[in-house]
Amino acid sequence: MANGFFTDTTLCIGCKACEVACKQWNELPSDGLAFTGMSYDNTLRLSGTTWRHVAFVEDREVGTTIVNRWSMMSDVCKHCTHAGCMEACPTGAIIRNEFGDVYIQPDVCNGCGYCVPSCPFGVVDLIEPFKPSAAKAAEYNTATLDRERLSEGALQSHGGIAGKCTLCYDRQRLGFTPACAKACPTESIQFGNVDDLKARARKRVERLRERGVDAQLYGVDETTSVGDLNAFFLLTQPPEHYNLPARPVLPSTHQPAGYAAAALAAAALAVAGLAIFRGR
Amino acid sequence: MPGLGTSFGRGGATTFLQDLQNADCILIEGSNFAEAHPVGFRFVTKAKERGAKIIHVDPRFTRTSALADLYVPLRSGTDIVFLGAIINWVLQNERDFREYVVAYTNASSLVSADFRDTEDLDGLFSGWNDFARDSGASAMAQQGAGGGRGESTYDTSTWQFERNPDGTLRRDETLTDPRCVYQILKRHFSRYTPRMVEDVCGTPRELFFEVCESLAANSCRERTTAFAYAVGWTQHTVGVQYIRTAAILQLLLGNVGRPGGGIMALRGHADIQGATDIATLYDLFPGYLPVPSIQRDEQTLAAYLKTNTKPTGWWNNFPKYFISMLKAFFGDAATAGNDYCFDYLPQLTGDHSTIPTTFAMKDGEVKGYFVIGQNPVTSGQNTELIAAAMDRLEWFVNVDAYENETSSFWKREGAQPGQIGTECFFIPAATILEKEGTVTNTNRMLQFHEKAVEPAGEAVSDAWLFYQLGKKLKALYANSTDPKDRPLLDLTWDYENDDERERLRGEPSVFKIMQEINGFQVATGAQLTGFAECKDDGSTACGGWIYSGVCPDKQTHRARNRRGDEYTSLDWGFAWPANRRMLYNRASADPAGRPWSERKKYVWWDESAQKWTGVDVPDFPANKAPSTPAKPGAAGMDAHSGADPFIMQLDGRGQIFVASGLKDGPLPAHYEPLASVIQNQLYKQQNNPTLREWDRSDNPYNGQVNPRYPYVLTTYRITELSGVYTRYIPWLAELQPEAFCEIDPELAVEKGLKNGDYATISTAVGEIEVRALVSGRMRPLRIAKGQRVHQIGLPYIFGNFGYTSGDTSGDVIPLAMDPNVSIHEAKTLTCDIRAGRRAPRGRVAQDDAVPEPERSRDGQPLIHGREAGV
Repeated sequence: MANGFFTDTTLCIGCKACEVACKQWNELPSDGLAFTGMSYDNTLRLSGTTWRHVAFVEDREVGTTIVNRWSMMSDVCKHCTHAGCMEACPTGAIIRNEFGDVYIQPDVCNGCGYCVPSCPFGVVDLIEPFKPSAAKAAEYNTATLDRERLSEGALQSHGGIAGKCTLCYDRQRLGFTPACAKACPTESIQFGNVDDLKARARKRVERLRERGVDAQLYGVDETTSVGDLNAFFLLTQPPEHYNLPARPVLPSTHQPAGYAAAALAAAALAVAGLAIFRGR
Repeated sequence: MPGLGTSFGRGGATTFLQDLQNADCILIEGSNFAEAHPVGFRFVTKAKERGAKIIHVDPRFTRTSALADLYVPLRSGTDIVFLGAIINWVLQNERDFREYVVAYTNASSLVSADFRDTEDLDGLFSGWNDFARDSGASAMAQQGAGGGRGESTYDTSTWQFERNPDGTLRRDETLTDPRCVYQILKRHFSRYTPRMVEDVCGTPRELFFEVCESLAANSCRERTTAFAYAVGWTQHTVGVQYIRTAAILQLLLGNVGRPGGGIMALRGHADIQGATDIATLYDLFPGYLPVPSIQRDEQTLAAYLKTNTKPTGWWNNFPKYFISMLKAFFGDAATAGNDYCFDYLPQLTGDHSTIPTTFAMKDGEVKGYFVIGQNPVTSGQNTELIAAAMDRLEWFVNVDAYENETSSFWKREGAQPGQIGTECFFIPAATILEKEGTVTNTNRMLQFHEKAVEPAGEAVSDAWLFYQLGKKLKALYANSTDPKDRPLLDLTWDYENDDERERLRGEPSVFKIMQEINGFQVATGAQLTGFAECKDDGSTACGGWIYSGVCPDKQTHRARNRRGDEYTSLDWGFAWPANRRMLYNRASADPAGRPWSERKKYVWWDESAQKWTGVDVPDFPANKAPSTPAKPGAAGMDAHSGADPFIMQLDGRGQIFVASGLKDGPLPAHYEPLASVIQNQLYKQQNNPTLREWDRSDNPYNGQVNPRYPYVLTTYRITELSGVYTRYIPWLAELQPEAFCEIDPELAVEKGLKNGDYATISTAVGEIEVRALVSGRMRPLRIAKGQRVHQIGLPYIFGNFGYTSGDTSGDVIPLAMDPNVSIHEAKTLTCDIRAGRRAPRGRVAQDDAVPEPERSRDGQPLIHGREAGV
């Protein structure tokens, strides 16, 4: 019994309302003003302060420069069944909360960053520590907060720790739909019980296939070490097309081999040591 | 919106967004629906889910194209050729919805024998008076404010319909008479061929045929096609005729007034519909009642009512609405004895719209300027001219929530603030969340919103501003005995807020204002329940007749209604007129009053109850049976039969041929934009002969076809940013942080531009630098004689204020406008582009002595707004 997202890329119009609604609700700052030239994508990736990100992929007609397909996908933390970040977290800050979602407790996280390389999707990131000047810090104590200060205020409380989508934990506790799903004008992002969403998604795939659309689900009935994703996607292209790993791998699956190699090395060293000492 | 108004009767979208989900095919052209109206686009995606075919015709492959089933490229500014060729294809293949066409349009009406078409006169219609060829005085006689070309006009007397001796229209229901509209239409569009589509639009013929087939296959009893457009069709010197072409096609296909059909005019801002309804235009009063004009000889009430009251159709009620409006304006002072204070109203002396007034300002004829909720120095055209014009003002007031390019025009690059004498005032405005009131959206629907938070700092609502300004002016003139001050003193101005806290803050009651707009009985003060209760004897007052019914009693405000359903949602908000969601919905039933099909059932005649019924408020007299015959010679609605669905029109029908109301022709004809990359392939006439231009040193044009400016330039907005306020929001600014243009890879290679490089775009007006976004979404097109056309896309939301940066597109667009609605041409221009950044802007005009106003040919200064010879 978990809540999650079903993101249907066939309905996405690339309006980025999800990105903005997410930042507004979660009081996240702008990541900077850089023109990238990467289609209409100027935020480029998920980060500690960008928890929804819309990817734009332009496909050319073979042998020409003509773009005849423009795929858009709103990416987000997958809230995996077997979450790499959670396994790696040494402080127990990353937990599975009462809604079945992977959640970083901001007051427990110490910013060690172990979770960052442990995410198979590159979702989690550290938020820059926020150091207000003395004058600014005094301002934060005043009662009137304007928008800019609010977002920096969020940094103050979150800065220096790891950040990613909370699946709007606070909104869910109030019975609200997460901000991104609420803001999506075309119902490309749907929020709900994961089992219900999966049923809806399977039907949707069937209908699209009837219309001749090569639709597939990503993160449903997975055989990978990450398992099913609570935030799963409907894609019409191979996952790599959207910069998603075709077969995500949980870092801990490398552990047996790693331990075996270490044990082997230790054994070899022991043998070598013994040989040396015996030789004396 | 005279394109829709002259064709159907009212200048608003014929349908509502929610109805698009019922369409079997949607043609989106002249609009970037998904990007500019993302929330409304949900109904397009719903239609697509239900199996509808979505077609997007546009110069650029946009986010709308990405979601469409079929993307069709075309050269910007050629939509009349594209749509005209579809009309020709429909007529040649007899794919029109014949029953609908015969019963509900004027296709069968006979046109005067003296009418000559563009086919006969090589691009002109009969009645052309070329004043430009005459010298001196007569040319000047037609000039409006600020001078400019555009003096020549049409005499429309040869465009009129023939009548029988009893006054009814002569018709040929077999549609075979060579003088009937159907045959004229057939001849008129005969040269709009698929070949022409390839040569002029650059659209491949297979794509064109696929569009034709899709439209025709989805337009019949069982199926309907909807059109959606926005400013991509309006901002042209021929813009009104683009919409006319679409209207003709929709009438031929029988899609108007039917579910999933119609023409959806997408409004670009939250309350832009409301702004035209309750009259921010210089020549209209609330409810689209025209301001009296000296040019139309409307100096007395009788003369004014005579020109504006139509003998037949709903506009026969004109005096009721107008006199009720005067009663609302002037209260007890308005009596039958003084013509209800008609003399208090200003009289129009010419074109006082934005563009001519800007030129007049530049010439030193305008002393003061209020700019409220606008940012002309960014979203206007020839922005340097606008700013230079503001340098010459005595005073300037800007009301805005943010500092912007207009409020601080004296900070612009190259300006020398020390030399600008304009006294500037900046009044902080409350944002929408900081005030209550109604917004009228693109569905013509009023929705009320509460105030969420108190305004920040000293910000005030617009209502506060005007209410207090009115009170102060009245106080200043309170003791005046001068008759010229009577209009101000007699103006009703009783909007005191009942809420004590708001009253102390000086906020007027927006509810009381809306109650006055709704109208009331003068004797009892009881609210009108609708505009049908308006009287022309001074017993009713009604500030804006089309909104009547929104406050039907003292307590109710229907714009507050919030009971929605999956479709028409009649209990959600209030749509004008009379809460109708779809206009002309009588046409959703056949002439006998039965639905055209079960699938497309909407409004029909209930035989047992003897009234019209359905899922919407019928746009027809409620108890007028379909079999009711028209009464020859009768006035008003009695002149229409029970099967004439377009009640606002003289003959009750959709107008394929428009006899009056348009300045550039009864039928659309393709003219190239003011600046183009090709000669007009259809006629000798290159541009719209009636367009208005100002060819002067501070507003130079590129020329009709100038090899120095070989590329087509088109402007637009993007989802991420809208006005200056969005540039101040970091979350939006990071999504599109810098001004850019979109160019195709072929042109990029030719110009040595790499993706992300700076490029300089230049026209005769000036140059700007922007980043180049190189993408195959922009496609070079092949037009006549193998000419390769490159189109450059330029978003026009950037400026110097806020977190984003970049030059504004207005710096390269000259001012010119269409003859019907005085709209500028910003969607089709020509330009040059080169790699690299532009030179810094240096010394500008205000260093020089302020020049004399430009003079007319006989040496007289042009006085703002005064027509010489009157």
